[in-house]
Amino acid sequence: MEPAVRLTGITKKFGSAEANRNVSLSIMQGTIHAIVGENGAGKSTLAKLIYGMYRPDGGTIEINGKAVAFASPGDAIAAGIGMVHQHFMLVPTLTVTENVILGLEKKRLFSQLALKKSGDIIQQLSRKYDFAVDPDALVSALSVGEEQRVEIIKVLYRNAGILILDEPTAVLTPQETDTLFTVLRSLCRAGKTILIITHKLDEVLAVADTVSVMRQGEVTGTLPCRKTTKEELAVMMVGRSVLLRVENPAPSPGKTMLSVENLDYRTDDGRYKLQKLNFSIRAGEIFGIAGVEGNGQSELLSLLWGLNRKSGAISGKILLEGTDITGKTPAAISALGVSLVPEDRLKHAVITAYSVTENMLFGRHRETLFHNRSGFNRKTVNDFARKLRETYDVRCRDLDNQPLAYLSGGNQQKVVVARELERPGLKLLILAQPTRGVDIGAIEMIHRSIIGARDKGAAILLISSELDELIALSTRIGCIYKGSIRRIFTETELSEGREKEHSFEQEIGLNIT
Amino acid sequence: MTFRSFRFFIPVLAVTAAGLCSVVIISLTGRDPFMIYEKLFRATLLSGYGSGQVLFKTTTLIFTGLAVALPFRAKLFNIGGEGQLQLGALAAAITGTLLPVSFPAEAAVPITAIAAMAAGGIWGGASGILKVKFGVNEVISTIMLNFIAQAATGYLLTCRFAVPSTEHTPEIGNSSMLPGLDDLFGIFSGSPVNITILLALASVLFAAFYLFRSRAGYELRAVGLQPEAADYAGIRSGRHIIAIMSIGGALAGVAALNLVSGYKHYYESGLTGGFGFSGIAVALLAGAHPLWIVPSALFFGLLEYGGLAVGAYVPKDIFMIIQALTILIVIVLNARKR
Repeated sequence: MEPAVRLTGITKKFGSAEANRNVSLSIMQGTIHAIVGENGAGKSTLAKLIYGMYRPDGGTIEINGKAVAFASPGDAIAAGIGMVHQHFMLVPTLTVTENVILGLEKKRLFSQLALKKSGDIIQQLSRKYDFAVDPDALVSALSVGEEQRVEIIKVLYRNAGILILDEPTAVLTPQETDTLFTVLRSLCRAGKTILIITHKLDEVLAVADTVSVMRQGEVTGTLPCRKTTKEELAVMMVGRSVLLRVENPAPSPGKTMLSVENLDYRTDDGRYKLQKLNFSIRAGEIFGIAGVEGNGQSELLSLLWGLNRKSGAISGKILLEGTDITGKTPAAISALGVSLVPEDRLKHAVITAYSVTENMLFGRHRETLFHNRSGFNRKTVNDFARKLRETYDVRCRDLDNQPLAYLSGGNQQKVVVARELERPGLKLLILAQPTRGVDIGAIEMIHRSIIGARDKGAAILLISSELDELIALSTRIGCIYKGSIRRIFTETELSEGREKEHSFEQEIGLNIT
Repeated sequence: MTFRSFRFFIPVLAVTAAGLCSVVIISLTGRDPFMIYEKLFRATLLSGYGSGQVLFKTTTLIFTGLAVALPFRAKLFNIGGEGQLQLGALAAAITGTLLPVSFPAEAAVPITAIAAMAAGGIWGGASGILKVKFGVNEVISTIMLNFIAQAATGYLLTCRFAVPSTEHTPEIGNSSMLPGLDDLFGIFSGSPVNITILLALASVLFAAFYLFRSRAGYELRAVGLQPEAADYAGIRSGRHIIAIMSIGGALAGVAALNLVSGYKHYYESGLTGGFGFSGIAVALLAGAHPLWIVPSALFFGLLEYGGLAVGAYVPKDIFMIIQALTILIVIVLNARKR
């Protein structure tokens, strides 16, 4: 077997930082090759080098035995390489066919497009590789999984022999993920070479033939998937052994802290985002919400945090220890002992230009403990920041002078989690994607802190798109679909589900689509 | 908590580059640039009267510079300094004439100051309210309010308050006048610089404290940097926007003390002479940092008066070109940094 892609001694620098250091790698023709690594390990950079988006500072790239130096992705496409990006690049108002041929029209203005012919080719392709796509459907009417298939067809239509997929399962449900893997295997059988960039170890083992692990810009090893385990890969990724699943001692829930009763939310243009939403969380319990993005999770978060006071129509009740908090401001809600770790931390949870210390105070700066006349009590604030750094193992050079933007994603999230978990009199903790974009080492720490907060008696609402995270942490799981909870898995069902995780994930998947 | 948000390098480079440009431009007019600069420095820094003039202009520029710099921290661009200053000046002059002669200075001066600050503050605050309640961009509203202030002060002066057949109001009462530094300490002989300069420096310290040491400033800067994050943190952005626009307007307005109470002792048309607009340049060169407003205002004050002092040799407009070039270079360098 020939290598389809052979990298020899690839180095790529950004300023003084080396994103890739002396990377050598062979990707065999007709195989599925996975590259795994933590955020910032350099795997995306490597993919972009192969796809011609960056040029290497050293080393050589060979495609099908020939040395190449791509000046742009156009050259890479001409050499038979295609890339499916994490964020799809489709025009929702055009049909599948129109999207596929976009950029390939090669027609003069006002002349007719060969839509019929292109549509036929698309149909042939989808038959050949055994996945269903309607060429005439509007992209806006497709599900996320279908959109991804259109992206793959776009690449195949351009005759790519080598496909690069960047985090392809990040937005998919378990069922869609399975379908994708079937598609990938049939492509592979037809002789295509597939490179998957991911950080999900289960999926790597499920679909790939070979796996390369990257750490700090270097490839720490390449192994056949048959001969490795999740634990071994995790050690290679992080450089030390990690606990992949946090210990989750049995919870002892107390009285009801939060109860959401018949909550409806209608946007200004009349669409229902939440409909008859009902659930409650007891003290010392983690209630997980599973669901495909866009089924009302972000609206629920906004309402719980008092952000949608001025738009849309709300009915129903949100009771915190019996008091209705609908219509209250974020300041008032947080003063009641509610904490939020929002989904998009850089945009919503921190001021990136502020120092680490200032960020540890952000949103809690109204607490009189930190005050000194019209300013802050520097000593109290500094002691507080130092305590948080120690307890939550925040790695930074200088608490008071280093802007938060310069910390790694995991450490940024530790700052947010530390600040929110340490809120005095914490009653309700709302977590949205608490470990998104966070490296494995930090995930372990964050998960342990969440369990710790639960054991101290906080009610916790956990919204996550990572099913394994939900299963590992939650006491109960509610499945949200089109703005209401469709099914709640009980504590007993969960402890049984942990024993047979794959089929349990499938079962959850059925309730969220 | 952070005073280091200012980059020293860019302003210095900008001033140097603009200075070199001026050497070329002066040469093109057929004059020896070094002779011109020698005369300029002789007439300003090396003369008591000249330095007093420079400091007098610096005082006004510190106020109007702060009026731009403070709102700038909330990502608001206050173009309305000129209108705020005009209204403040007219309010100060009218208050000064209306107060009875017997009124003690200890009361008259604060009352005049409050009148000037109220006039400017209301004008600045109006832009803030328009922004928060109706979403009107503050650049548009402050420009429009400038026109209204210009027309309103013109009307009030001509039709109501001017001494007949003149273009100025009657002289303010003695008790509202502020002494010059010459009167007090015998320095800067005969120049208009007066004790308002101390108030200007105090305002700088107040602004620095407000921004970097107070809780209000902590919230305000967050609103400017990441408005959405500020909402999540429970910060009431609207209040901060209205407050800082009012404070900015009040600072522009109170510069009237320098012009009216400390120098002219009446309001006349053209008294504010574009100081409100120069404040924008002062704030930009200072990177909207209150403490750096002082050297920045000094630099512009030097050019303003220095240009007049060498007006016999080269047109004053050359120094306006230098001012404008400095700001353009600052903006270009800041844009490149991103």
